[in-house]
Amino acid sequence: MTLATVWFFLWGLLWAIYFMTDGFDLGVGALLPFLAKDETQRRTMYNATGPLRDGNEVWLITAGGVTFAAFPQTYAVMFSTFHEALTLLLLALIVRGLSFEFRGKADSPAWRQLCDICQFGGSVLTAILLGVFFANIFRGVALVDGVHQGTILNQLNPYGLAGGVFFLVIFLLHGALWLAIRTEGELHERAVRAAGGIWIALLILAAAFLILTAVATDLYDNYLSEPLLWVVPVLAVATLVAVKVFLGKGRLWAAWFASAGMILAVTFFGIIGLYPNMLPSTIEPETNSIVFSQATSSPMTLKVMLGVVILFIPLVLIYQFWAYRMFSGKVDTADLVY
Amino acid sequence: MDALFLSRLQFAITPFIHFLFVPVTIGLALMIALMETAYARTGNAEYQRMAKFWGKLFLINFAAGIVTGIVLEFQFGTNWARYSQYVGDIFGSLLAIEATGFFFLESTMIGVWIFGWKRLSPWAHAIVMWLVAIASCGSAFWILTANAWMQNPVGYEIRNGRAELVDLWAVVLNPTAILSILHTVSASIALSAFFVLGISAYHLRAGRETAFFGKSFRIALVAGTIFTLAVVGAGDFLGANVAERQPAKLAAMESHWETSTRAPITLVVWPDEDNEKNAIEFGRIPGVLSFLAFKDFDREVTGLADIPAEDRPPVAITMVSFRMMVAIGMAMLGLLALSWLRLRKLQQTPLLLTALIWFIPLPFLACNVGWILTEVGRQPWIVYNVMRTSEGVTEGLRTYQVGFSLVSLTVLLTLVTAATAWLIVKHARRGPLPIEVSAEPAKSDSAG
Repeated sequence: MTLATVWFFLWGLLWAIYFMTDGFDLGVGALLPFLAKDETQRRTMYNATGPLRDGNEVWLITAGGVTFAAFPQTYAVMFSTFHEALTLLLLALIVRGLSFEFRGKADSPAWRQLCDICQFGGSVLTAILLGVFFANIFRGVALVDGVHQGTILNQLNPYGLAGGVFFLVIFLLHGALWLAIRTEGELHERAVRAAGGIWIALLILAAAFLILTAVATDLYDNYLSEPLLWVVPVLAVATLVAVKVFLGKGRLWAAWFASAGMILAVTFFGIIGLYPNMLPSTIEPETNSIVFSQATSSPMTLKVMLGVVILFIPLVLIYQFWAYRMFSGKVDTADLVY
Repeated sequence: MDALFLSRLQFAITPFIHFLFVPVTIGLALMIALMETAYARTGNAEYQRMAKFWGKLFLINFAAGIVTGIVLEFQFGTNWARYSQYVGDIFGSLLAIEATGFFFLESTMIGVWIFGWKRLSPWAHAIVMWLVAIASCGSAFWILTANAWMQNPVGYEIRNGRAELVDLWAVVLNPTAILSILHTVSASIALSAFFVLGISAYHLRAGRETAFFGKSFRIALVAGTIFTLAVVGAGDFLGANVAERQPAKLAAMESHWETSTRAPITLVVWPDEDNEKNAIEFGRIPGVLSFLAFKDFDREVTGLADIPAEDRPPVAITMVSFRMMVAIGMAMLGLLALSWLRLRKLQQTPLLLTALIWFIPLPFLACNVGWILTEVGRQPWIVYNVMRTSEGVTEGLRTYQVGFSLVSLTVLLTLVTAATAWLIVKHARRGPLPIEVSAEPAKSDSAG
């Protein structure tokens, strides 16, 4: 395996970790108006994700930064191709981040309500846009010489939108499970029931998305030529089933880890299908697609950055694990910070 | 109004707003860590109250800093794709190192700090804030190294149609980077010190919580004095570095047109850029510019007239920014001196306290005009002498795309700034919570 290949899969892994971590923050934010019935429950929902959110969001910054460092051409073409979508994503991220942080800093009900609306809207929009972004990467965009020929309207195609809904529902499930883990009583019951309902919706959507993927993308080509790879989508399905099994047994942590495993498998289902492309073009794909091996940084930078990642990422995982453990128990509703 | 102009405007506005929030977090993290260390050592709850009060103001700023920072990272790709592709090998790596090595640590520890009051011992909680402070300086190091590479590109070779890394140590030990790190981090701490001085002065003037704010005032006065002197010192070296490496920027800073020995500074000056001379010029002091730039009153300083017009930065903006920065820096030194003189009689000196309150915004302005000087003075280059700004913009970028991002981000970030300012003023005015109330759950003690 070449250095560039290592980086290609590392790139996929960083995105997957971002989805596994911030995914539940987004899910809890999107569930806010549906699960919390009074002020204490709303605050409990904010506190359930509160201590980990900032750290989770850095996975996005790292995924973006590593794209820039290891695949400058991909970064340049991908980010300018999705100019409008990424602008919307930024707006959503700003609104989501600040409404969380600022909500408890003023004692007015109108202020809190405004923050709740922003939290909900920002989370939903972020989740959907990430889905649209990745579905269009899977599908390919109209690139000629690294310049996108369309607009956001081309990206809001049926497959892109289906990707948006698919991501949103994945995160809803992930968030509902997290909330169930960290809450007690009425809110806990509601979160468990919501997870069960969302699971059924996700099952249907996953089937639909897999079929749509066959119609709209070339992702299955790699699987057809290398049948061993089917293990990845099979794992995605297996973990999805496992979520339901564990949920039924009341083993919430196991269900959450199964959900995280499913996110990992779904991400890699896409990444493996893309290989060797990072951003396929729909116009003369052979010449216009962005292929990872041609989009990399110099060998020296790839080596330096690999050293950086090998040094720091395990450290990050260790101290984030420490933080997760510290805040994995039930939220004490008599002692809310936000 | 083309896509290039709008992209430049967007990259002028968004970092400006970002850098309203960043310096306070760097400086306050350090001061809060000191307060918590004092609490862990002495067990005096007053220090814990101080950490909590200033910590709240820190968090409001941190939240605004984090969301405005992502805008910058994305913008390189969306609006400056050709730049990103050309320099990603080096510049992108520095940003990625910042995120994986330091921003992760800072953000993760912030969460632990906010929610960990009851879960961690006072020492452990203080160490968490030290990690935040160290990580924020580490972040500053890498981001400023990335910026310095645009000012003074080193350690690269042009290969495969782009700048490729050949010497990482040259990039990290770039003199421009080291000086701008010292200058910027010192400025951030000095700014934070004036923030604490001003808010403390507000309460001291009203005679509220005088013990609490007297202590805060003293901590900030010490930090402010050390780091304001450091800003001025590092700034002097940075000026000499500009003279050596960016002669056009130096000439623009003083609106210096004719190459001359014994080059002067001019007290009042306004450039006439079309006719390559000064329209207004009053109070020339010969030799001072030569001295400031080269520590030699007789050295020759290149004038703008000897630099091709297409390689000159906008003169008026660069010159005005430089002067504002220096003037505010001098005023900071003056206020610090007065504060030391009146330290034992602060409450009997309401005029000084009032001045400190109204002075709070000025170091923010100084930091940002400092950046305007740095960035506008670098023009027309995006990477000095290597790539022009006009060559860095995304190919095929449409005006409506940048129009949309510029307008929507500017509107939202302006609202964010207003909300942040409102919350800071509100909490700063309210002052610290009494000890008994701070133990009450609703008023923020620990997580659940």
